[in-house]
Amino acid sequence: MPDLAGQIRAAARELLAAGEVAAVLGFAPGPLPMTTRPFAARTPAEADRLTWNGFCVMNPANLLPEILAAVEPPRGPKDPPPEGPLPKVAVVATGCWSRNIVVQIQEGRVRRERLVILGIPSRGMIDRRKVLRRVGGREIRRVEEGAHELRVEGPGLHETIPRWEVVRDNCRTCVHPTPVVYDRLLAEPVERTGVDRYAQVAEIEAMTPEDRWAWFRREIAPCLRCYACRNVCPLCYCPTCFVDDSRPQWVGKSLDPADTALFHLLRAYHCAGRCTDCGACESACPMGIRLRLLTKKLEKDVLELFGTEAGLDPGAPLPLAAFRPDDPDEFLTAGPGGGAGPEGPPPREEEPA
Amino acid sequence: MKLLRLPRQALADWLAALGRDAEVFGPKATAEGPALASLAPGETPDEAPGPPKAPLKTFFFPQPETLAVFSTRRDDPEAHVLRPPRLEAGRRVVLAGVRPCDARSVVLNALPFAGDPYFQARCGATVLIGAACAETCGTCFCRWTGGDPLGTEGLDLLLHPADGGDLLVEVLTAKGEGAAPEAGRPAAAADAEGLAARREASRRAAGRAPDPRPPLAAVDLLALHGAPFWGRVAEPCLNCGACTFLCPTCYCFDIQDETLRGRGRRIRYWDSCMFPLFTRHASGHNPRGAKFQRVRNRFLHKFRYFPDRYGPFSCVGCGRCIRECPVGIDVREVLREMLAFAGRGA
Ligand code: SF4
Ligand code: SF4
Ligand code: SF4
Ligand code: SF4
Ligand code: SF4
Repeated sequence: MPDLAGQIRAAARELLAAGEVAAVLGFAPGPLPMTTRPFAARTPAEADRLTWNGFCVMNPANLLPEILAAVEPPRGPKDPPPEGPLPKVAVVATGCWSRNIVVQIQEGRVRRERLVILGIPSRGMIDRRKVLRRVGGREIRRVEEGAHELRVEGPGLHETIPRWEVVRDNCRTCVHPTPVVYDRLLAEPVERTGVDRYAQVAEIEAMTPEDRWAWFRREIAPCLRCYACRNVCPLCYCPTCFVDDSRPQWVGKSLDPADTALFHLLRAYHCAGRCTDCGACESACPMGIRLRLLTKKLEKDVLELFGTEAGLDPGAPLPLAAFRPDDPDEFLTAGPGGGAGPEGPPPREEEPA
Repeated sequence: MKLLRLPRQALADWLAALGRDAEVFGPKATAEGPALASLAPGETPDEAPGPPKAPLKTFFFPQPETLAVFSTRRDDPEAHVLRPPRLEAGRRVVLAGVRPCDARSVVLNALPFAGDPYFQARCGATVLIGAACAETCGTCFCRWTGGDPLGTEGLDLLLHPADGGDLLVEVLTAKGEGAAPEAGRPAAAADAEGLAARREASRRAAGRAPDPRPPLAAVDLLALHGAPFWGRVAEPCLNCGACTFLCPTCYCFDIQDETLRGRGRRIRYWDSCMFPLFTRHASGHNPRGAKFQRVRNRFLHKFRYFPDRYGPFSCVGCGRCIRECPVGIDVREVLREMLAFAGRGA
């Protein structure tokens, strides 16, 4: 296993010392085992605090626009942007994070020329809840991550866990572990084939509508409406989110199940065609709600209906923000009860010439 | 104060007896650790160290709470007249296995809610049975914030493990007296002495770390407000509500009217200083418009504004916010940062 932390530190030191970038956005150790903290190193000395491990589950693309703005020379709200190129920021990026950066480029959130992308082929990040479940919820004071196993220690606890068994669901089914854009690749590209990407979604699709609704209600029942899932997502950046709007107010703000359901459905739909299944939302949720299953379903639908996947090509139009004459439209033309079922659009009839 | 000795196997019967005219809740073991849940007759609280995931405030400050009801029917002559909600009359609650930090959070929240009839009514209808902490978690720092793993503040009864597998039951209030276990026998003098010695040892342990309250109370508030570290502390923060919603001592709320088919209710629901709407004025101006200003408020409220007004910190050191922050922000580090700033004579 390459020493990725060391390579990130070395690259960061070099870029910062040469003045090529104003900051390097990566991760520093968190306060507890199995936690990390996003961290922007701004000096070569600070670069030494950068780390890398299987618990880097937050998506750094989320903080990228903020860090880019923070390193710009200060100016008043009405002042024009300064002449000449603005300072660059380097960012670590695995496969899915690089695709979120691509979506941000497509959506005009960040400019490619201001980024130095340190690509990291991903071995899959770890779900700390799976680790906790493995040890029956006992306290973990130390975790050592090896190439293929985790050694977990706590009061009266010594366990070795096969790493792949506690890797997050999204990482286990990821087919783009290697970054799609980068300036430097810090390890050998990884390929992952033979995974059933949509097995989890297919299970839910196979349910009756009633069971599906019950599943959904059960899944979101513990939701606190804390919005960690929304705030951690690099795609959720509306200046005022529909749940925060008060004039008019679209959604109630307490724990009414209808309001919670509305929040989850609308949040998911806002990510359709843009979500890269990075899993940050699910990792951030303090209640362990598996909310990426909703966006995963939409990913599957967008792939089946439009033949595209989010964030693979910075030059491509966004599937739901562009129109093509051959876009599927059965939901319009087939009338009530028609439209694309879970299997995707029905085959088209040949038009008479 | 009374001290009883209770055979451990009598605990389930005692809670079941209390459950005959109250709902009993307590931490239950789950695959990911203890979680607050309703305890069926025969069930006893999980004894795993540390506080359960959910904060105790859900019982005293529910999300949402109906404050008033009204009619919105046009043909109703009393439309829009606020009426008191139908109170859950007679709903009595027993909370068992409560950690001392959580019990203390109720006492701290009762300071701003001293005149709040809803909060007070729920306190009055609740019996709090504590479980002293024999072990602490890596995230526990109650001693640093003025609490104690063997603390009694806010509790009606407190259980301690005793030799021979028995439990010692401290009866702390009149309400506790009324709920004390019938099977409990007066404890021996040696039990009382042993407990006093453990308390003393715990107090000495607390004394090893200097009390952070005096230096923070003394530092110039405007200097602390303008301290340079807030931007750095806030940088990774997502401004989500995970820390404040899971915190037992965060008590901010907002009030709204919800109406449906001619009926309305005025509710109070949890709000969070992390949310942009929290301080937005009707004009659209937001005095805490930037992320770092909201993050700064969370910590200044806990460690300076609240103590300025009421004395203690508004934090019991339960460590929930440390465990669940998605970006690893640690309240202990921020407290140390504030102390270092105070220590530099600012
Ligand atoms: S919705 Fe979740 S999985 Fe999709 S991009 Fe956002 S954080 Fe990642
Ligand atoms: S992070 Fe979890 S608890 Fe918070 S709003 Fe999202 S789903 Fe709900
Ligand atoms: S913070 Fe203190 S009182 Fe609370 S669980 Fe930990 S040791 Fe017990
Ligand atoms: S400190 Fe952590 S939990 Fe709290 S708002 Fe910030 S990111 Fe969310
Ligand atoms: S601030 Fe954190 S440690 Fe303090 S009471 Fe709240 S959740 Fe517990």
